Amino acid sequence: MEDFYAGLQILAQWQVVAALLVGSIGGVIIGAIPGVGAAVAIAILLPATFSMQPIVGLTLLLGIYGSSMYGGAIPAILINTPGTAVNALTTYDGYPMTKRGQAKRALSLAYSASFFGGIFSIICLMFLSPVLAWIAPQFGSREIFLAALMGIILVVLAHRGQVFAAGMLASFGIFLNTIGLEPIKYTKRYTFDQGWLSSGVDLIVVVLGIFALSQAFSLLVEKDSTPKAQPVSGNLLSGIKELFGHKRIATISASFGVVMGMIPGVGEFTAQFMSYTYAQKTSKAPEKFRDGSPEGLIASETSNNAVPAAAMIPLLALGIPGEALTAMMLSVFYVHNVIPGPQLFQNKMDFVMALYIAMLLLNVIVLIFLLFSTNLLTKIIQIPTRFLGLVILTLSFVGIYSLRNSVTDCAIASGFGVFGLILKRLNLPSVPIILGMVLGGIMETKLRSAMARVETPLDFINRPIAAIIFTLILFIIAMHIRTIFIEHKNRLNEADIDHDIHNTQQG
Amino acid sequence: MFKTLQDMFKRYRRPGDIVFACLFFALSLFLLSQIGEQTAWKNTRLFSQPAFWPAVSLSFMCLFAALHLFGSIASPRIEGRWKEVWFWARSLEYVAWFLGYVILVPLLGYLVATVLFSICLAFRLNYRSPKWLGTSALTAFGIVLTFKTFLQVKVPGGAIYEFLPTALRSFMLTNF
Repeated sequence: MEDFYAGLQILAQWQVVAALLVGSIGGVIIGAIPGVGAAVAIAILLPATFSMQPIVGLTLLLGIYGSSMYGGAIPAILINTPGTAVNALTTYDGYPMTKRGQAKRALSLAYSASFFGGIFSIICLMFLSPVLAWIAPQFGSREIFLAALMGIILVVLAHRGQVFAAGMLASFGIFLNTIGLEPIKYTKRYTFDQGWLSSGVDLIVVVLGIFALSQAFSLLVEKDSTPKAQPVSGNLLSGIKELFGHKRIATISASFGVVMGMIPGVGEFTAQFMSYTYAQKTSKAPEKFRDGSPEGLIASETSNNAVPAAAMIPLLALGIPGEALTAMMLSVFYVHNVIPGPQLFQNKMDFVMALYIAMLLLNVIVLIFLLFSTNLLTKIIQIPTRFLGLVILTLSFVGIYSLRNSVTDCAIASGFGVFGLILKRLNLPSVPIILGMVLGGIMETKLRSAMARVETPLDFINRPIAAIIFTLILFIIAMHIRTIFIEHKNRLNEADIDHDIHNTQQG
Repeated sequence: MFKTLQDMFKRYRRPGDIVFACLFFALSLFLLSQIGEQTAWKNTRLFSQPAFWPAVSLSFMCLFAALHLFGSIASPRIEGRWKEVWFWARSLEYVAWFLGYVILVPLLGYLVATVLFSICLAFRLNYRSPKWLGTSALTAFGIVLTFKTFLQVKVPGGAIYEFLPTALRSFMLTNF
């Protein structure tokens, strides 16, 4: 409880309150505009937050992260276009409800479910904190190395059907991180005698290229279109009552969100689909799923909103980001020389608590904001797509250039922008590159320091947590092989009926 | 459960996949072939070798890129390959716009360069009515105001500020 009050004190500064308001309301608006999303906004704002206090910068970014999914549900439900990628599943049931004239009901349910998911996960984490504070110090170099390795393996294997592409892109990310002067023997790696490569490839430049510039280029080259959404009338709080009728689905979905958010490399998509499958399998009306089922909508929106708070766990407790957005936030810590990890939970519990309270508050702010401004947001989303591209391009400049006023950085980011555009067009994932860069760096440092005290290979896993993580890695790989085997068997049976051109790509 | 997960992440191949797969595989092979030249092998333990992580990452990159390429070759051809490559190439026009803007900022200053860039690009994108040109100029002004004036991000003043009277110059350097 002491930490709770100390956390409140940290938040009681006007800068933090302003960051919370701007972040949460800005996040909803950004989330509601199809084609922007939290990743683009966080990437652009990242360098601007470096000059702020860590708590102010992180509150702003967390605000955007936690609230964008609320906003993303609006176009998903009203115009069948998800505002952010994680609202894709919301379109399955939200849009059919709109077509049936139940837009208000769908929006209200989505808001209530999101709110429940957000609050549920934060409360879980507040109660989990003492346990984490106890476990986190047990993580030494080898445990952190193994956890980062597990994150890489999971992010590759989680891209089912695209394992090869995810694998090559994650390896590419690890490679990118090695470019430049290495810190031990001070030798150059892959600099090709070019001065601009000596300092390495900056993560933020890559992030801005892959997330922001690629999106701008993509919108600018594609045909212009203007999303149109009809206004909604009525009390948007009515969904809370309906949500109570589906307590079980909401609680289980939020739990999936919490657990999946905590595991590095997994995240919203897996949580959503597990919740959705669970909801469908246990529903009395499974045939209504994908055709306007309120239960499907609840499963999707509750689980995705439960993830952001949980995703902060590996970041804060171990210094391991589980997905692209927390990877970006890690750089805010590094810039201020606050190294997240076990010490943070031991020595700065008030800081951690302040972040949790900020997340709690942002959910309340967002809900209140949405009750009064949903119709305003339906107007904001009607920005023509190419004009949006122009705005993102202009904003990306300030993100990249303000880092170190380097034209070279802008050129490198443009290169990654085109690369990101190609990945987007081919529907290949870009997150493995970012995670590869961040986790690759962590793995390199931690393996080196861990091996100093390891005599035989078995020594590496002779501590309980290291042994558990190692077993988990083996289990994950075994499960993957088993799934491939089952898929293969099924495919042989179906071979006479249908030839799936994508079979060859399913790693 | 796993079946659903598979459905969820299953992404369909799109035209142009094989072009990307070939290029990425070639890049991986080239980088791996340079490992002797571009990294050093020192007298130290394996895991501390400067070449260790580049070697591991590039080996996996080559392996996965080869498998990805194999997947593309083994699948039936999808029409529209070169049309897609042309789409990628068209993005280079906007790379040029962007880099032009980057070069203009230190010359004209952040405010003038941003407003000029926004209006010109809006014109190029066929937003040619006074309403849209005005909107783009105002948006540009708003962006400069937010980031430079309010958030004070590090963007240097323009070379043309040197020609301004002293008082106005320092005002422009601080705020725009």
